[in-house]
Amino acid sequence: MREVKTETITEEVRKIVITSSYDLGEDVIGALEKAKKVEESAVGKAILDQITENANIAKTEHSPMCQDTGLAVLFVEIGQEVHVAGGSINDAINEGVRQGYDQGYLRKSVLADPIERKNTGDNTPAVIHYDIVPGDKINITMAPKGGGSENMSEVRMMKPSDGLQGVKDFVIERVKKSGGNPCPPVIVGVGIGGTFEKCAMLAKKSLMRNVGDRHPNKFYADLELELLEMVNKTGVGPQGLGGTTTALDVHIEVFPCHIASLPVSVNTQCHAARHKSVII
Amino acid sequence: MADAIKLETPLTDDKVTSLKAGDNVLISGVIYTARDAAHKRLVELLDKGEKLPFDVKGQFIYFVGPTPAKPGKPIGSAGPTTSYRMNAYTPRLIEAGQKGMIGKGEMSPEVAEMMKKHKAVYLAAVGGAGALIAKSITAAEVIAYEDLGAEAIRKLTVKDFPAVVAMDCHGGNLYQEGIKKYSKL
Repeated sequence: MREVKTETITEEVRKIVITSSYDLGEDVIGALEKAKKVEESAVGKAILDQITENANIAKTEHSPMCQDTGLAVLFVEIGQEVHVAGGSINDAINEGVRQGYDQGYLRKSVLADPIERKNTGDNTPAVIHYDIVPGDKINITMAPKGGGSENMSEVRMMKPSDGLQGVKDFVIERVKKSGGNPCPPVIVGVGIGGTFEKCAMLAKKSLMRNVGDRHPNKFYADLELELLEMVNKTGVGPQGLGGTTTALDVHIEVFPCHIASLPVSVNTQCHAARHKSVII
Repeated sequence: MADAIKLETPLTDDKVTSLKAGDNVLISGVIYTARDAAHKRLVELLDKGEKLPFDVKGQFIYFVGPTPAKPGKPIGSAGPTTSYRMNAYTPRLIEAGQKGMIGKGEMSPEVAEMMKKHKAVYLAAVGGAGALIAKSITAAEVIAYEDLGAEAIRKLTVKDFPAVVAMDCHGGNLYQEGIKKYSKL
C-alpha cells in the first residue's frame, strides 16, 4: 500500500486554496473574451471588459479575483491502495484550508453556527466530499464557492410527468429569477436524477468541468447547448443589467432515479468559476 | 469610461435627482461599508433611538466585505455583495438620511419607493471585480463593529470608483429595462 503523509496533504491543499482564488482558468477567460465579441449591450460589454481586466490584475498581482473567497469546497478522490499516515485526513485538509486562507489574505466567511452566526475566524471547516476510487493516488479539487451564486441555487423534486420540458422550464425560471444576484455571466450546473441529495451533488460536480466541456452522451451534450442558447435569450445579461451574455456554459450531470421521481437541481456558479486540482 | 459622471460625496438632493438609470458614474470622496450583520446592528440602534456610529446623512453605504489587506495596501479585494439581503434594512437608513447604496443585483420595490420619497440612488458595481475595484480605494479604516471581521463598518476614501446607476429616484430601473430590451424568449 502506498503511504501518503498528512503533512503532504496539508501542504498541497494550502497551495491550491491560494492559487484557486488568484488564477481564473484559461477556459473561463477564453469564454469571456468570446462573449465580448458577441455581447449586444454596451453596458454589458463594459462589464465583461472589467471582469477580464480584473482577472488579469488578480493573476499578475497575486490578489483574490473576488472578495468572496468562498466557503472551501473540496472533492477528494482517494485511491483504495493509499494509506494516509500521520493522523486524520479531515484534519489535514482543514489545516491546509486554514493556512491557505491566512497566508493568501483570503476572506474568512464561515460561521460556526447558522443561527448564532459567529465567524470561526479561519474559514474552517471546509465542506469535503470523499470518493473512494481505484489506484494509489489522491486527487484533490479545491473549489471556493461564493455565497451570492450559491444562494441562487435550488433543488426541485419534479413529477415524472413534467418530463424534459419541465426540466428546461425549471432551469430557465431559475436563471430569470436569479437576475443579477449571482454575478452573471454564470455557469449553470444542472443535476438530473438520483435522490434529493444525490441530485444536488450532481449539479455541484458538473461545475468542476471546464467551460466548453460537453457531456459524453450526445443527448445531454445537445441539451446543454440548447439550454445555453435559451439562457442567453433571457436578456438577463452581464450583472443582470440586460444583455445577451447571461451564461458562459451549461453543464448537466445525470444519474438513474426512482420510478416515482424526477429530481432536478440547479447549482449556479458566478463568473469567478474557481477550481484547482492536485494529484498526490 | 469617458462619458462617466463624476460624483463627489456626500450627495445632495439635486445631484441625486439628476442621475438616471444607465448613467455611468465615478465616485470620489468618503463612502461607508456595511453588510448584513452591520445593517442589523444599525437598524437596532435606530429602533432604540440611539446614535449611529457614523453620520449617515448624505452618505453612500457600500455593501462589501473585503479580503484582508496585504502589507502596504489600504484594502484587499473589495467588490460588491448582493443587495437584496439589505432590503429589510435600507428603507430605515434612507429615512435616517442615507442618500446612496452601492451593491449588485436588484433591490426591492419598497426600497425603490423610499428612494423616490427621500431622493436616494442605487448604484451597481461589478460583482466579482474585487481586485479592479480595490484600485479605486485609497484609504480604509474600521470605524465600528471590529468584532464582525470582514463585516465591520469601514470608512473608505475612494477616487473614481466605477459604478452604474441601476435604480434612480424617479423609478428608473436598469435591471427591468435592460432585461426587457434584450429578452428574446
